[in-house]
Amino acid sequence: MRPQALLAAALLGMALPVLAGEIAPSGRRSGYDFMSADSKAMQDDDTANPAMLSVLEGETLWTTKAGAADKSCSDCHGAVDVSMKGVAARYPAFSAASAAPVDLGQRVNLCRRQHQEADPFAPESRELLALTALIAKQSRGMPITAGGDPRLASSVARGRELFVQRQGQLNLACANCHDDNWDKHLAGSAITQGQPTGYPIYRLEWQGMGSLQRRLRGCMTGIRAQAFDFDAPDMIALELYLMSRAHGMTMDAPAVRP
Amino acid sequence: MPAALVNVPPKARRGAVIEIKTLMSHVMEPGYRHTAAGEVVPRDIITSFTCRFNGAEIFRADLFPAIAANPFLSFFTTASESGKFEFEWIGDNGFVATASAAITVE
Repeated sequence: MRPQALLAAALLGMALPVLAGEIAPSGRRSGYDFMSADSKAMQDDDTANPAMLSVLEGETLWTTKAGAADKSCSDCHGAVDVSMKGVAARYPAFSAASAAPVDLGQRVNLCRRQHQEADPFAPESRELLALTALIAKQSRGMPITAGGDPRLASSVARGRELFVQRQGQLNLACANCHDDNWDKHLAGSAITQGQPTGYPIYRLEWQGMGSLQRRLRGCMTGIRAQAFDFDAPDMIALELYLMSRAHGMTMDAPAVRP
Repeated sequence: MPAALVNVPPKARRGAVIEIKTLMSHVMEPGYRHTAAGEVVPRDIITSFTCRFNGAEIFRADLFPAIAANPFLSFFTTASESGKFEFEWIGDNGFVATASAAITVE
């Protein structure tokens, strides 16, 4: 290469920003868009989408009485397709009692403890995934609105901080892949933008259901970082930031993902 | 708690070829895993699926390890008359689950 060309290449490199920055609203793409036609067909057909098995289980749990109070979800909330419409699209939401954001799974467990007087479900348990899948399905097709509450501003900011924070032995931040390189591939897989439109998901790699927290922990392990504990405040802040980052995107829960 | 999703068209024209799709939930144990003490965790899978139409068997599948945790089976048949499809899944440890769906042929 001639010296002039080398200089031009160096100047071009300098002109490119280190971080490409946030994705414009018009450029946001759900993980669904990155999937193969086969996986899309599996998600679109409610009798082929394995996540619907979890929803069926959730429907049974919704009307099952539990705890010392001997109450079911439906005793207070009535029909799930009415009372839970759009709820998942605005979670994590601010909880006045703890003065902090809580995600959908934590909200279910708060209800269990306070109103059903029952033991909370363990993170990633079949029951918790079934109930959150059932609730998330009621927001299908609705725009994500989480993070709009002004009381959540500091948590959203904390989540953003974590999103751009390099971590782990590979020294990567979420943003390095999901803001800057989402249009590329990592080995054979699409990197995607990391938009949480469809959680809880049935992930083909897991051969099972999982929450956004499980997915995030998978990413953290992948960059060889110490994964956040389930329900840790930083985990919720990161979930909240991701939902606010996907503001206005359409929910497609419970989704199928590769 | 077994849950099945079955997709049968509710109506069909006589002689039409229809697709039937079934998805069964099952907590699989492949039979190759060991406990911390070194003992094999016993296999627990679905081993057989049968579809009957008005009592007559029209489709059967034998399932083996390494097929799927929640087997999804899709097959075709010809709509000959109105009636009822009955589905049955049989598995290890006495697992039995059933489902049914009706079709109107006109």
